[in-house]
Amino acid sequence: MTRKIRRLWFVVIFIACFGTAIGLILRAFSSDIVFFVTPSQIVFSPLSYHRVVKLGGMVVAGSVHWKKHTETPTVTFDVTDGLKAITVIYRGILPDLFREGQSVVVIGTTTPQHTFIASEVLAKHDETYMPKEVADALRKSGKWDPRFGPPPSDIR
Amino acid sequence: MTRSLLPPRSSSTLQGNVFSRFFHYYANPGRFLHMGTRVQPYLTYSALFFTFIGLVWGLFFSPPDWQQGDTVRIMYVHVPTAILASSGYAALALCGLFSLVWQHPLANLAAAEIGPVGACATALCLVTGSLWGKPMWGTYWVWDARLTSVLILFFLYLGHISLIHAFEDQQHGYQAAAILALAGVIDLPIIKFSVDWWNTLHQPDSITLTKAPTISSSMLWPLAFSMVGFFLGFCAIVLARLRAAILERRIRNLLFPSHHQPFNSR
Repeated sequence: MTRKIRRLWFVVIFIACFGTAIGLILRAFSSDIVFFVTPSQIVFSPLSYHRVVKLGGMVVAGSVHWKKHTETPTVTFDVTDGLKAITVIYRGILPDLFREGQSVVVIGTTTPQHTFIASEVLAKHDETYMPKEVADALRKSGKWDPRFGPPPSDIR
Repeated sequence: MTRSLLPPRSSSTLQGNVFSRFFHYYANPGRFLHMGTRVQPYLTYSALFFTFIGLVWGLFFSPPDWQQGDTVRIMYVHVPTAILASSGYAALALCGLFSLVWQHPLANLAAAEIGPVGACATALCLVTGSLWGKPMWGTYWVWDARLTSVLILFFLYLGHISLIHAFEDQQHGYQAAAILALAGVIDLPIIKFSVDWWNTLHQPDSITLTKAPTISSSMLWPLAFSMVGFFLGFCAIVLARLRAAILERRIRNLLFPSHHQPFNSR
C-alpha cells in the first residue's frame, strides 16, 4: 500500500464517519427539521394551546370567507391534508398566490375549539411551471392534473 | 518562453492511465498556464454568448407563468446560481482531495481561487431566492431545510476562505481548508434531497434525472441557456483568477528568491 493510497483511505474513512454522524443527527432531529405539521397530525396528537406551530396543507375549495369589520380583513378558511381539516382564522394581508386549492403553511396556535389562530400565512407553490395558454389548453383537453389545484380559468 | 522551462515530455510522470496522465501532465504550473491562456478566450466569449441569450430570452421573451406571472423570471438567475453554488463546492472538495491525497501542486491554488467565486454565487442564490420568496410565499426567509442547508453552504465557503489565510504557514492554511472542504461535502446531498426528505416551504426540483421536467419547454430552453452560460462564466472567472495566481506566485519567487514559495512544499 503506497502512501497515496493510504491517504486516500484516510479521506474516505473520514468522510464516511463524518457523514454517518451527520446522518444520525439529522435522523434524530427529523421531527424538528420538517417545516410544518399536517392537520391530521394535530387532530390525532393535540398540542398545547400555547405552542406556536406551522400547519401545512391545502385550502379547501369553498371554505374561504372574508369578514371586513375593521381596516384589516379577517379571513377564515379550512386547511386539509386529505384526512382531516382544521379551520384557520387569520387577520392580515394574504400572499398573492393564496387561493382555494393552493398549498399553504400557516404559523400560529391551536385553540380548545379546534380552530387555528394564524399570525402568518405563507403560500407554497409546486415545481410545475407553464405559460397560461398551456394551462388553459390542458384544462380544455381535460388533461388538467388536479394536483396543481383548480384549473387556471377558474381563478379570479 | 514558458515552454523552455518545462521538463522533458518523456518524464516518468507520464505513465499510468489517461486520467492520471492528464492530471500529472497539467500538474506542471507552466503547462497549465500555457493551456489556460489558449482556452481562456473561448471560455469567456462562449460564457458571454450563452448568458446573454439565456437572460434576454428568459427575462424578456419567455412566457409568464400561469400562477406566478412575471415573478417567475427570477428563476433564470436563481436556478443557475443555485447549481453553481453546489457544483462550485463540489469542485472545492475535489481540490481538497487532490491536495491531501496526491499533493497536486495546483489543487491548493485552485481551491483558493474557487472559494470566493463560489461564495458570491451562493450569496446571489440566497438573495435572488429571498426576493422571489417575498412576492410568492409571503416571506423573505424561513428556516426550512432547503434554505437553511444552502445558508450553511455559504458559511462553509466563508470558513474555507478564512481558513486559507488563518495560518502563519500558508501550507497549514491550505491543509486545514482542504479538510473543511471535504467535511462540508456532506452538505451537498442534504441540499439536494432536503426537499424530498422533509416537508419544506421550498418546492421540489423541477428538473431531475429520473423524471420528465415539470417545466414547460418554452421556459426550459432559456433556463438551459442561462445555466450553461453561468457555468461557463464560473469556469472562465476561476481560470482567469488561477492564471493570475500562478503568475503572481512566479513573480514573487523571482523578486524575492530568499522567500521562495514552491507550488507544493511539504
